[in-house]
Amino acid sequence: MVIVLLAGMVALRPEGARAAGKVNVVASTTDLAALAQEVGGDRVTVTSIARGYQDPHYVEAKPSFLLQLKRADLLVVVGLQLEIGWLPPLVTQCGNPKVQPGAPGYFDSSQFAQILEVPTAQVTRAMGDVHPLGNPHYWLDPQNGLRIAQGIAQKLSQMSPGDTAYFAERVKSFQQRITEAEKRWDEQMKPYRGRKIVTYHRSWPNLATRFGLNVVDYVEPRAGIPPSPAHLVELIGMMKRENIKVIFVEPYFDLKTPNSVAAQTGAQVVVLLPSVGGEKEVTDYFKLFDYDVNLMVRAFQAAR
Amino acid sequence: MKGIAAVACSLFLLPGGVWAQSTVPPQTPEKTEARFRALEERIRALEEELRVVKAAQTQAPAQSAAPVEVAQAPAPPPALPSYGQIGGAGGSAAKALNPDIGVIGNFIGATGRNQINPLGALSLQESEVSLQAIVDPYARADFFLAIGEEGIEVEEGYVTFTSVPGGFVPRVGRMRAAFGRTNSFHNHSLPWVDRPMVAFNLMGGSLDEADVGIKDAGISVSRILPSPNGLFLEATGELFRGDSGSLFKASRRSDVSVVGHLKAYSDLTENTNLELGGSYGRGHNDLGSSFITQLYGLDATLRWKPLRRAIYRSFAARTELVWSRRDEVTTTQRAFGLFGSLEYRLGRRWFVGGRYDWSERARNSAQHDSGGSFVLTYWPSEFSQIRGQLRRTRYAEGQTANELLLQVLFTIGAHGAHPF
Repeated sequence: MVIVLLAGMVALRPEGARAAGKVNVVASTTDLAALAQEVGGDRVTVTSIARGYQDPHYVEAKPSFLLQLKRADLLVVVGLQLEIGWLPPLVTQCGNPKVQPGAPGYFDSSQFAQILEVPTAQVTRAMGDVHPLGNPHYWLDPQNGLRIAQGIAQKLSQMSPGDTAYFAERVKSFQQRITEAEKRWDEQMKPYRGRKIVTYHRSWPNLATRFGLNVVDYVEPRAGIPPSPAHLVELIGMMKRENIKVIFVEPYFDLKTPNSVAAQTGAQVVVLLPSVGGEKEVTDYFKLFDYDVNLMVRAFQAAR
Repeated sequence: MKGIAAVACSLFLLPGGVWAQSTVPPQTPEKTEARFRALEERIRALEEELRVVKAAQTQAPAQSAAPVEVAQAPAPPPALPSYGQIGGAGGSAAKALNPDIGVIGNFIGATGRNQINPLGALSLQESEVSLQAIVDPYARADFFLAIGEEGIEVEEGYVTFTSVPGGFVPRVGRMRAAFGRTNSFHNHSLPWVDRPMVAFNLMGGSLDEADVGIKDAGISVSRILPSPNGLFLEATGELFRGDSGSLFKASRRSDVSVVGHLKAYSDLTENTNLELGGSYGRGHNDLGSSFITQLYGLDATLRWKPLRRAIYRSFAARTELVWSRRDEVTTTQRAFGLFGSLEYRLGRRWFVGGRYDWSERARNSAQHDSGGSFVLTYWPSEFSQIRGQLRRTRYAEGQTANELLLQVLFTIGAHGAHPF
């Protein structure tokens, strides 16, 4: 008995001591980490749990993430139940009171963003793995990125009041850069407004809405349900009828099915990135849109 | 009737009103002016108040949500309307505080012949109801009620204190003990239809209970230990009442049982990780207070899952070894058992696996059973699962049982966490 209790008591040492006064931010996804980094600059250390090329619905609750969470001052999450399959047990088990839901160190980004596809009628799992609180892939609108960044700046200012002016300055700079970048992206995407597209999963409503694209159907018959032959036949027929030539696929889905649909419809499959870090060169929030906008433009040009 | 009542009321009220008017004393111009001034003062005060409130309202959204200057391009609808709402929320809003509720049905069918430990041909072995919510800023609670065919059991029901200083995570209630790796899994999250033979033979299995393993009411404390970079170490200490299946039996209050577990985990690569564990359990057995049963366990799990194709491919290899030392009236029984298992995900919906079992019996280590299983699993969606398990068991009695177990799992309600 003594041995057992001893095992649980080894070494009580002060945890979470901030390295050189920096706020330790852990974000559930790379996009939120990138936004926190934009705002926090050198006054924060930022890490993310999920990788950019990973399906954020199916991250594994690895114990190594507990080490990350244990030392966090601030946990930034996507919310809207995106992380419901893996984050709650990690947060419960990490032994860090600062990042528990409701604590000052728990930051739900969805509270700051414009959310699409919020169900207004009854939802059931007959619709697949639906998100009853709205579509959680909202960071793919630069305006939402800005809103989240501003929210994070406020939170960081509360946590580190001495750096308030610094964070405000960084948000201002981020806003300026995003406004400029948006002009560029809008200009690039302007000729393709109203284009009809098909996507694999419902990851892109915010991106599509922002750039005026029309998502007509999905490779998945319903959210989280693998494509069935019947659905694919229907999809192929529809794509031919509507002359849809582009299929966007997230990097974590198998390309076999989209490729076979593309082969039968003359469409092209574009592996668009939903997250920062999806490819090596996509290292920040701006590069994510640069990458995706370039890919989209190229695809639409080729589809002409 | 209504008409008469209304007339009666107005008759009654009318003279009252007239009377009230007639009793207002005639006012002098000075008094009237004084009243005007007082009213003016009040208006000014109210205007000031209104100004303050308005100022506070315009600041509030800037503090809480989308700041004003951001909303240039497509203006987002504010998270909350800035004006007051007439009336509170409807009664259903109070249900927002209800716990997350889920039910998992575990239906099992068995064919083949097994005379030693027979399962029914068809049974809804377990309906597990989960109720989970945050208790208060300091704790969360999880209940798992296992409804079998003959009754209901609290499989687990505990509160976890999440805000204890020092990195300690205490749990209080009834729970599956942290002995080994698979003991803490619920039946529906196991990679097999049944539990390994070693759990049955050495960890308190009995023929009347489908859900074997160490579970009891008590207190559990775990803590992540300081460790070199890249290594995760966690220690768990548990104190239980001392009643668990046929393993531990408390004849008096002091017959408590303890379980300790030390877990080491490391990410070998981004896709591969290794977990090793050591466990110890000690309690009093059914022969009486002075008869002790001790368990020692080792467990190892190697997992591989490529992050870019996590929903199509994965592999896991697990093994657990258990040594039991049980005091009998004249002797001490020392028994050993193990299982080894492999699982591979073939595609988004298909998994194959196999398991090897070998275990002596806790009460008579001269007897041992062994067995092997082949498992095929199909996932229509994340919320249902169909599994077949071909199982061959060689019992110490000399009999061999060949069985086909079929399992249908189905989940409704709240989206639970995926087990790791």
